[in-house]
Amino acid sequence: MKQFINIESTMVPLAIENIDTDQIIPSRYLKKTTRGDFGQYLFRDWRFDGKEQEIPSFVLNDKKFGGSVLVVGKNFGCGSSREHAAWAVADYGFRVVISSFFADIFKNNAMNNGVLLVTVSEAFLHELFICVEKNPSSKVKIDLEKQTVTNMETGKSEMFDINSYKKECFLNGYDDIDYLLSKKKNIEEYERRREW
Amino acid sequence: MNTLFDKIWDAHLVSEIENGPSQLYVDRLYVHEVTSAQAFEDLRKRNLSVFRPQQVICIPDHNVPTENQSVIKDDTSRIPIETLDRNAKDFGLIYFPIGHPKNGIIHVVGPENGYSLPGSVVVCGDSHTSTHGALGCVAFGIGTSEVEMVLATQCVLQTKPKTMRITVNGRLKEGVLAKDLALYIIAKMTTGGATGYFVEYAGEAVRSLSMEGRLTLCNLSIEMGARGGMIAPDEVTFAYLKGTENAPKGADWNAYVEKCKMLVSDDDAVFDKEVILDASEIEPRITYGTNPGMGLGITESIPKWSEILEKERASFQKAMDYMGFQPGDKMIGKPIDYVFLGSCTNGRIEDFRIFAQYVKGKKKAKNITAWLVPGSWNVVRQIKEEGLDVILADAGFEVREPSCSACLAMNEDKIPSGKYVISTSNRNFEGRQGMGSRTILASPLVAAAVAVTGVITDPRV
Repeated sequence: MKQFINIESTMVPLAIENIDTDQIIPSRYLKKTTRGDFGQYLFRDWRFDGKEQEIPSFVLNDKKFGGSVLVVGKNFGCGSSREHAAWAVADYGFRVVISSFFADIFKNNAMNNGVLLVTVSEAFLHELFICVEKNPSSKVKIDLEKQTVTNMETGKSEMFDINSYKKECFLNGYDDIDYLLSKKKNIEEYERRREW
Repeated sequence: MNTLFDKIWDAHLVSEIENGPSQLYVDRLYVHEVTSAQAFEDLRKRNLSVFRPQQVICIPDHNVPTENQSVIKDDTSRIPIETLDRNAKDFGLIYFPIGHPKNGIIHVVGPENGYSLPGSVVVCGDSHTSTHGALGCVAFGIGTSEVEMVLATQCVLQTKPKTMRITVNGRLKEGVLAKDLALYIIAKMTTGGATGYFVEYAGEAVRSLSMEGRLTLCNLSIEMGARGGMIAPDEVTFAYLKGTENAPKGADWNAYVEKCKMLVSDDDAVFDKEVILDASEIEPRITYGTNPGMGLGITESIPKWSEILEKERASFQKAMDYMGFQPGDKMIGKPIDYVFLGSCTNGRIEDFRIFAQYVKGKKKAKNITAWLVPGSWNVVRQIKEEGLDVILADAGFEVREPSCSACLAMNEDKIPSGKYVISTSNRNFEGRQGMGSRTILASPLVAAAVAVTGVITDPRV
């Protein structure tokens, strides 16, 4: 996993709630058997019409907006467990997604791929949307060490939650599997006392 | 004073990381072709073997055709299946390939063969793994990175969810099925209302459900965001499991049933959230929007513009535009193009019985294209044994070969753009059943009524 310390970036705003993983990446793009290159399929059917033409009104096609932070409405990533959704977000170049809450499986998938999910209050999120719509060069700053997110336009900050284990993983670029592989002895010991 | 969920979770704790996730032991991992290839690729890169190959069952289901499935013409569907084939063999895993008597949709095959047992922890790279919770296990969907963790260590790192109990008192009325109950609960809770929770379903209406009905109910838990759903095992569970291939046999079975008696939430168990509902309020349900929470009683109308909260209007308008509906529209009588009976939600024998019983002696409407896709070869066998295939054929319906099929349109079964489908599956998301497809979720009974009238129809009249 890529190391993450802090970031200051412009934002791509997508103020829609309940964006499911079928919208993040449609099922016909889940057929590749290797990692990498999923960014081209991110929000595919919102970015392109049936004739593969760009839909100019969609935010990813709007040159005004850019940066490595995606800001989305609540319950982002609901639906399917496809990790391809997290890969698409990561491969497209986003390092952070900000929302007021995230679906559970997507949360694990994103965090296992070095995409930091930052959960903020509804009010903070609303203000971010307003700032970036008004001024697309507005920036947001995320400091993982301090667990703060700052709207650079207003100067307002909020703390965000991350458990200290996952925080260490991000700060150092560790994967969960490395941790589990180091615990093989515990696992074998568990199997000896396993009840079910 | 523990909940059922706590008891099973705690019994599977290998370790807990301070201010971090729990290391949870997994009894059963199911693997399909869409969410596993990259996990096996990483195992090879790391030069790792599968830690407990006999606890891993591989079944291709998402890309499988529903006609002549031994030949897959589409390369993009064939390659992931061939990749699973190679991975299952190379790593020495239990494998039910296409055409095997135990092939079918993982969430149908697993329960019907006793591979998911009460008291166990079950995972799969698939959000509908929540289905297996109907048997009294802790079952939840995971991502590919987590599939890799389980393959390599038989463990997964998870933050313990909060607990919720949904108690449904009273009995479901005639013509109201488990699917209607689930769609009613999801509409009440909203599509994200149970996020962060693991749900236990309880109450008379839940207890009265058949095993198939319980599997349908737990299957849809994820559609309100829940990590999983479960039902304490009882006589219905034991009758379903007894004699299945993988269930304990003889004296072991009796001992197992005895042991399972502790698999209940204690009387003084405290849930983080309790929801109490009344079954008598529920009528057959349908959805009108683009997430499973946007649902109605079949006789109701789509909410009027004035009833939608200001902050939800953009999403509501987007859904109306996509579906081609107007706020305030009545749903009954709307014309439909396709009917899909199948999926891990409603592809079991009981679903085919209900559909066949309704259409018996009637004829399929001319404007309807119907795809009837059993959830497994075992269901196909039962359909034939019970003569349902003959009843269905007389009414103009053909039974196809098992697959996930049109539920997510990864095989050829795609609903064309702009067409309306009454689907017994689980998601009405934009494009879920094919680009531009318009999905209305419903029970197998409502699907049967629509299949013979060609329009949205209340099956009770």
